[in-house]
Amino acid sequence: MTDLLYSEEEEALRAAVRDLLTDHCAPADVIVRTESDAPHDVRLWKTLADGMGLAGLLVPEELGGQGATHREAAVVLEELGRAVAPVPYLTSAVVATEALLECGAGDLLAELASGTTIGVLAVGLHTAPGAGFPVVRLEGGALHGELTAIADATVADVLLVPADDGGLYAVPASATTITAQVSLDLTRPVAHVALEGVRGAHRLGDAEPAVRRALHAAAGLLASEQLGVADWALTETVRYLKERKQFNRPVGGFQALKHRLAQLWLEVVSLRAAARAAADALATGEDTDITVVVAQAYAAPVAVRVTEEALQLHGGIGMTWEHPVHLYLKRAKADSIAYGTAGTHREALAGLTGLQAP
Amino acid sequence: MTNAEELICRTRELLKEHPPAGTARLDFLRARFDAGLAWVHYPEGLGGLDAPRSLQAVVDAELEAAGAPDNDPRRIGIGLGMAAPTILRYGTREQRQRYLRPLWTGEEVWCQLFSEPGAGSDLAALGTRAVREDGSSSGTGGAGGGGDWVVNGQKVWTSSAHLARWAILITRTDPDVPKHQGITYFICDMTDPGVEVRPLRQITGEAEFNEVFLTGVRIPDSRRLGAIGDGWRVAQTTLMNERVSIGGMRLPREGGMIGPVARTWRERPGLRTHDLHQRLLKLWVEAEVSRFTAERLRQQLAAGQPGYEGSGMKLAFARLNQEISGLEVELRGEEGLLYDDWTMRRPELVDFTGRDAGYRYLRSKGNSIEGGTSEVLLNIVAERVLGLPPEPRTDKDVAWKDLAR
Ligand SMILES: Cc1cc2nc3c(=O)[nH]c(=O)nc-3n(C[C@H](O)[C@H](O)[C@H](O)COP(=O)(O)OP(=O)(O)OC[C@H]3O[C@@H](n4cnc5c(N)ncnc54)[C@H](O)[C@@H]3O)c2cc1C
Repeated sequence: MTDLLYSEEEEALRAAVRDLLTDHCAPADVIVRTESDAPHDVRLWKTLADGMGLAGLLVPEELGGQGATHREAAVVLEELGRAVAPVPYLTSAVVATEALLECGAGDLLAELASGTTIGVLAVGLHTAPGAGFPVVRLEGGALHGELTAIADATVADVLLVPADDGGLYAVPASATTITAQVSLDLTRPVAHVALEGVRGAHRLGDAEPAVRRALHAAAGLLASEQLGVADWALTETVRYLKERKQFNRPVGGFQALKHRLAQLWLEVVSLRAAARAAADALATGEDTDITVVVAQAYAAPVAVRVTEEALQLHGGIGMTWEHPVHLYLKRAKADSIAYGTAGTHREALAGLTGLQAP
Repeated sequence: MTNAEELICRTRELLKEHPPAGTARLDFLRARFDAGLAWVHYPEGLGGLDAPRSLQAVVDAELEAAGAPDNDPRRIGIGLGMAAPTILRYGTREQRQRYLRPLWTGEEVWCQLFSEPGAGSDLAALGTRAVREDGSSSGTGGAGGGGDWVVNGQKVWTSSAHLARWAILITRTDPDVPKHQGITYFICDMTDPGVEVRPLRQITGEAEFNEVFLTGVRIPDSRRLGAIGDGWRVAQTTLMNERVSIGGMRLPREGGMIGPVARTWRERPGLRTHDLHQRLLKLWVEAEVSRFTAERLRQQLAAGQPGYEGSGMKLAFARLNQEISGLEVELRGEEGLLYDDWTMRRPELVDFTGRDAGYRYLRSKGNSIEGGTSEVLLNIVAERVLGLPPEPRTDKDVAWKDLAR
C-alpha cells in the first residue's frame, strides 16, 4: 500500500532544509532580490548543493549522487515552496536530471549532482507531459532556433535542447543568447533562448522519451512545491488573523472567517495526501500515471485558492509590495500553468480512466 | 507482540478449523472473534491480539480470499464505529465482556440516543433526566447509593432504534451545575418497558431514524459508562470515533459514490455533455484525493500519530457525496425524473451507495447533518486544529437549570 506518511529520515531532511532557509532565505530578502538583475540566489543554491548534496538526490550514488527517491525530493520541494526560494532546484535537480537519467548521460549527471553545473531543459515551463514541444533546427551540424518561457535559463550553465532530428542536445549556455522575459513569477523567471548556429553540441539521446519522463516527474513533484506554498499561506494567515483586531476582537474569531480557514485547512490536508501519493508513486513506479495527473489536477487550484484567500484575508497589507504574500500568489498562479494546467491533466485523466468526452 | 506472518498463520488456522463453506455464518464470526481476529488492535480476549491496527488489513485480505463471511459492518455501523471504542475505553471488565462480542458479530445491533428535540448541535444542552431511585443520586462523584436509575425524556433522529437491542444514552443527572458537567452516560436496554420507538419518515420515503420516548425506564447502575457527571467526556470519545468512522472508510478506486456515475458515463455515451464531463472529471479527482486523505488518516492512526483529519474527512465525504449524486441525477436526464420507490419502510441498513441515483441524492443530504453538521465540524477544525478564538458564549458558567429555554 502507498506510504503516505513521512519517515523519520524525511522529517530530519525537512528540518535541515527548513533551518537553512530560515537563516538564508527570509521573504524580505527574496523581495529585494527579485528587483535586482540577479533574481536567483546562487549562494543559497551552492549551500543546498555543496553543503547538503541536495542537487544530486535523484542521481544514483555511482554517479556521484545521493541515490535517494522522489519522496525525499518532494520533501525538499515542500520546503523550497514554503520559502518561495529562488533556486533552480525543480528545473535542474529534478527536470534536467530526469532527462539526463533517461539518456544515460553519466558525466553531465555527475556535474549536475554536484551542483557545480546548473542544467535546464529547454522546453517551455507551460508544457504538459506528453504534449508537443517546439524544437530547434539542425542544419549542417549547427543548431538554429528560438525558444521561449524557459524557466531558470538565466542561471543555467547548460541547456538541454530538443532538435528537429529527434535528438536532445547539451548546449553550453554561453553558446546561446539568453534574455530574461518579464515574468509573472518573480522567483522562477522565464527566459527567451536564441541559438544562432551553435556547432559541436553533444547529442545526449532521443528527446521524446527524455522530455516525457522529465515533465512527468516534474508534474508529480510540483504538487509538493504547491503544498509548501499553500501551507505557508494558510499558516501565515491563521497567525495574522489571531493577532489582527477589529471590532474589539481578533478577526480570526469571526465565524465567517473561521469557516473559510477551516475549509482551506481541509484542502491543504487533502493536497498533502495527493502530493505524497504522487511522490510515492514516482518512487515505486506503481500506478504512477493516474496518481500524477490526479495530484496535478488537484494541487494547482488549491494552491491558487489558498494564496488568493490569504491575500484577501490580510486586507490592505496583503496588497502591498512589501508583504510577501504576493510572491506566493505569483508562484501559485505560475505553477498552475507549469507542466500543464489542471484542465489539461483532467483531460489526460479522462483518457487514462475511460471517461471520454462527448 | 504480533507481526503480519503470525497473523496470517492464525488466520489460516481459523480457516482450517472452521472452513467457511461448511460453517454457519454466525459460528464462523464467533470463532473469528475468539481467535482475536475480529479487530486485531483490541485486547486479547475481546476479539483482538493487541496488535497494530494497521495489520487488520492483512487478516481481512486473507479472509476475503478464502470467501469467509464478514460481519456486515454497514448494518452495525453505530455499534462498531461508536459504541465499541467507547465501551473499550470507559467500560468495566464485565461490560466489555458482556457487550463487545455480540456487538461485533452483529447479533446485537446498537443505536445512539444522543440528540433531543432541544439539543442537536448544542448536544450538551440535553434534558433527558436520570434520577437515582433512592433519590440521593444527583450529586456528582462517588458510586454511592446502589439503586437503579430512572430515566425520563425524549430522544430524536435515532437511526436503527427499531432494530437495536442496546443504546448508548446520555442523560442529565445534575441540573444544578453547568451543562457540560451534570451529564452521565449509560447503556440502555431497548427492550425494557418504558422505551417507545416511533418511526420518523424521512426525505427518501422510508424511516431509517426514529423518535424514542423514555418513560420511567430503569437502568441498573452496572450499565453506567464512566463516572457520574463525567458523561460529556465519555461522549467525546463516541463523537470523535463517529466522525472517523463516517469519513474514513477504506475504499478501492471508484469505490464510493463516484463508482456508479463513472460506470453510467462509460456505458451510456448518449448521455454525455461537455458541462457534465468537466464536472465529472473534477469530482473524480476529488474522490480520488479524498481516498488518499482517508488512507493517510488511517496510516497516522496506525502509527499512533494524532490526526485531526477525522473531522475533515467527514466534511469532505458529505460534500462529495452530495455533489456526485446530484451530478448523477442530471446525467440520467429523463430517467433522473424518476425515483425507484417511495414506499414507507423501516430499512435494515443505512445505505449510502445502493439504490438509484435519486435515492442517493436525497440520502446524501443527511451526510452534512448526521454525526455533527458541517458547520459545527468547521468550528471544531477552526478552534481545535487552527487554534482560532472560540465562539463567544453565554452559557459556560450557568447551571443547566437556569439556562434560557
Ligand atoms: C440521517 C440522520 C441520522 C441521524 N442519526 C442520529 C442518531 O442515530 N442518533 C443521534 O443521537 N442523532 C442522530 N442524528 C442527529 C444529528 O446528530 C443532529 O441532527 C445534528 O447534530 C444537528 O442537530 P439539529 O438537527 O438539532 O440541528 P440544529 O442544531 O438545530 O442546527 C440547525 C442549523 O444551525 C446550524 N448551527 C447550529 N449551531 C451552529 C453553530 N454553533 N455555528 C454555526 N451553525 C450552527 C447547523 O449546522 C444547522 O445548519 C441524525 C441526523 C440525521 C440527519
